[in-house]
Amino acid sequence: MRLRLVLMAGAMAAAMVGLPSAGSAADNKEIQMLHWWTSGGEAAALSTIKDALAKQGYSWKDVPVAGGGGGAAMTTLKAMVAAGNPPTASQILGYYALDYADAGKLADISALAAKGNWAKVIPTALQKFTTTDGKWGAVPVNIHSVNWIWINKTVMEKIGGTEPKSFDELTALLDKAKQAGVIPLALGGQPWQEATMFDSVVTSTGGVEFYKKAFIDLDESALKSDTMKKSFDNLAKLREYVDPNYAGRDWNLATSMVIKGDALLQVMGDWAKGEFKVANKEAGKDYLCYRFPGTDGSVLYNTDMFAFFQVSADRKAAQTALAETTMNPDVQIAFNVIKGSAPARMDVSDEKFDMCGKKAIADIKAANAKGTFLGSMAQNYAQPPAIATAYYDVVTKFLHGEIKTSDEAVKQLVAGINSAK
Amino acid sequence: MTNTSQAVTAPIVRSARGRVRDQMQDLLPRLVLAPSFLLILVFVYGFNLWTLLLSFTNSRAFPTFNFIGWANYAKLWNWTFERDPPSNWYTAIVNMGLFGSLYVIFCLALGLLLAIFLDQKIRGEGFLRPLYLYPLALSFIVTGTAWKLFLDPRIGLEKAMHDLGWTSFHFDWVVDPRMMIYCVAIAGIWQTSGFVMAMFLAALRGIDSEILKAAQIDGASTFATYRRIIIPLIRPAFMSALIILTHMAIKSYDLVLSVTGKNPGGAAELPSTFMYSYTFTRNQMGVGSASAVIMLATIAAIMVPYLYSELKEKR
Repeated sequence: MRLRLVLMAGAMAAAMVGLPSAGSAADNKEIQMLHWWTSGGEAAALSTIKDALAKQGYSWKDVPVAGGGGGAAMTTLKAMVAAGNPPTASQILGYYALDYADAGKLADISALAAKGNWAKVIPTALQKFTTTDGKWGAVPVNIHSVNWIWINKTVMEKIGGTEPKSFDELTALLDKAKQAGVIPLALGGQPWQEATMFDSVVTSTGGVEFYKKAFIDLDESALKSDTMKKSFDNLAKLREYVDPNYAGRDWNLATSMVIKGDALLQVMGDWAKGEFKVANKEAGKDYLCYRFPGTDGSVLYNTDMFAFFQVSADRKAAQTALAETTMNPDVQIAFNVIKGSAPARMDVSDEKFDMCGKKAIADIKAANAKGTFLGSMAQNYAQPPAIATAYYDVVTKFLHGEIKTSDEAVKQLVAGINSAK
Repeated sequence: MTNTSQAVTAPIVRSARGRVRDQMQDLLPRLVLAPSFLLILVFVYGFNLWTLLLSFTNSRAFPTFNFIGWANYAKLWNWTFERDPPSNWYTAIVNMGLFGSLYVIFCLALGLLLAIFLDQKIRGEGFLRPLYLYPLALSFIVTGTAWKLFLDPRIGLEKAMHDLGWTSFHFDWVVDPRMMIYCVAIAGIWQTSGFVMAMFLAALRGIDSEILKAAQIDGASTFATYRRIIIPLIRPAFMSALIILTHMAIKSYDLVLSVTGKNPGGAAELPSTFMYSYTFTRNQMGVGSASAVIMLATIAAIMVPYLYSELKEKR
C-alpha cells in the first residue's frame, strides 16, 4: 500500500513540475536520460555515449532514481510516463519496452532506422523488442548472452581439465575439481541466477530447437516432455557441485570465488567479464570463457536498449541525436569494449575486443544466420515478466528442495505458466 | 465550547467584534487541519479505494479497467491451500504467522524483561537506556545487511567460533531457505525490543508507589508483586506495544529482502514482498492489488476492535 502511494505521489509531483516546461520555444539541447548504469565499469561505458553527444553540443542529464537498480528505475519510469512527463529516453529491458510501445507511449524513429539500415545490421530476433508493427521505438546498445561458463585458468591447469564439450564432460570436469578439493561450481542461490543457469541446461539437454519450442513458443507438450524432466534432473546433478553456503549469494560474489581460485567455474552471462576486468584479469591468460557445453553455436541473448518516448517538439532533436549516436559503429565498439558485451550491430570490427568478445561477436553472426539466436527465458527476453517469474519460481523451488521431483517440477512449470498467461 | 454553556456563563450581550473572534477561534482548528485532512483523504483513503478498484480488474503492467469480478481473490484463495509444493502465497502466509508471532512475542518478552531490570534503580541507567534504544535509529536495510553478514557461516559467527577453536559449532540458518525466516525474526527482534522496553519503562515509572508499598507491607514477594500488581497495571502499554509490533510485522519488507538475499527457493516470501513483486515486477497488478487489500483487511481486523474499545472507554 505504502509503495503504491509513493508511486502515485511521485507521479503527481512529476506532473506538476512537468507542465510548465512544455511551452519553451527553442530546441532543447538537454537529454534527460533514465538509467541505472552507475557502477564503475558501467558508468565508464556510458560516458563514451555522453562524450560523443557532448561533441555535438548536447548536454546530458541523469534522471535520479531513488534506491537505484533496475526495479526502482522501472517504477520511476512508470510514474513519469503516467504523469505525461517522460524522459528523452530510458534504459529498458525486454518486454518492458513492448509494454510502452503497446500503450502508444514510444516515439516513432523509423525514419532514422531506414536511413541507418538498422533492420539489416541488428539481429533479426532482437528487433522484436525494438519495433512494434514495423515502427521503431527503441535501439539496442549491446548484446549479452547467458550460455557461458567462466573458468579460472590456474585451477583448470592444476586439475588437468580440458574444455568440456558435452554435459557429461562438464560433470566429469566438476568431479575432478571436487576431488582436488576446490569448490567445483560457484553459484549464487538467487532465483534469477539459478534460472539463468537453467536456460543453458535446457539448451544443452534438449538442443536449441527444444529450447525454442518450450520457451519461445511455450509449446505445452515440450514443457511437460521427458526432455524437460531430464533437464531438471541435470540441474539436480549440478546442485551436487555447489558449496553449502550458496543460498542468497550475489552473482558478483560467486564470480569473485572463481577469480580468487576458490571455485573452478561459474555459469553466468557475459556481464561477469566486467568483474574479471575490475580484478585486472585477462581473458585467455587468467580465465577462460567457453559456451555452456552442448550449446555452442546458439546464443541465448539479452540486451540493454534505449527506449525513446513521445516528447515535445523542442526535445525531438536531442532524441534523434541520442538514437543516432547510440547506433554509431564507433560508439558501439567503444561502449561495448568497456562494458564487456558484444555490439548490437553485426557489421562492426571485432579488432578491439578480447578473446571472449571476439567469440561472442562471431557467435551472434552465425546464430543469427542459423536462427539459433534466441531470447533468454531467465533474462525476460523469451517471455513477458509474468511468465518468466513463474519459471523462476519453479527452478528455485526445485533447486532448494521445495519441489522434490522433476515430474512435479514439470507439472508446476506448466501450471505456473498457464496461470501467468 | 457550546453556545448554551456560553449563554449561561456569559449572559451579557457580546460585541460584534467578539463574535467574529469567536467564530474565527471555532474555525481556526479546522483551517489548520484542513490541508493534512485533505492530503490524507486523497493519498491514504483515496488510494485505498483505487487499490480496491484495481483488485477487481485484470491490470497487468499498467492499470486497466477490464473488470473480472472476484477472479484475483479466487486465485489467492486457491493458492492459500497449495502446500506441496508451496505456492508463493501459501509460503507468504505461513511465514507471516511464524515471523509475526515470534517477532511480537519475543519483542514483548524481552522488552518487558529489560524494562523491569532497568527499573531496579540501577546505576548507569542513563547510559544503558539509549544503548538498548539505539538499534531503532537504524534503517531496516542496515540491520538486515549487518545480520546477514554476521550470520553468514563463511565470514560471520560460525567462522569466528571455528577460529576460536570451537570447530563443531554449526549455525547456517541464513543460507538455509527453510530457516531464513527465523533469521529475519532475530534481526527484527534485535532492532525493536529496545523500543518496546522504552514503552514499558515509561509505564512502570507511572505506577503509584503507594500501591507498591502497600503490597510490600502485605508481605508480597517481588515476583508476586510483578505478576499480580505491576504487570496488570501496565496493561494499556501492552496493548499499545502489541498494536505497534503487529503492524510493523505485517509491513516488514526491506528487512526480509536484505537478510535473505532476494528470496532463494521462494522460501522467504511475506505478504509484503508478494504484493510488491506481483504488482511491480511480475506485471500482475490485479493479483498484487488483491493481496494488498487482504493485508489491509487483516490489519483492519486487528485495529478496528482495538480503536473501538479505546474510544468506548473514553466516552
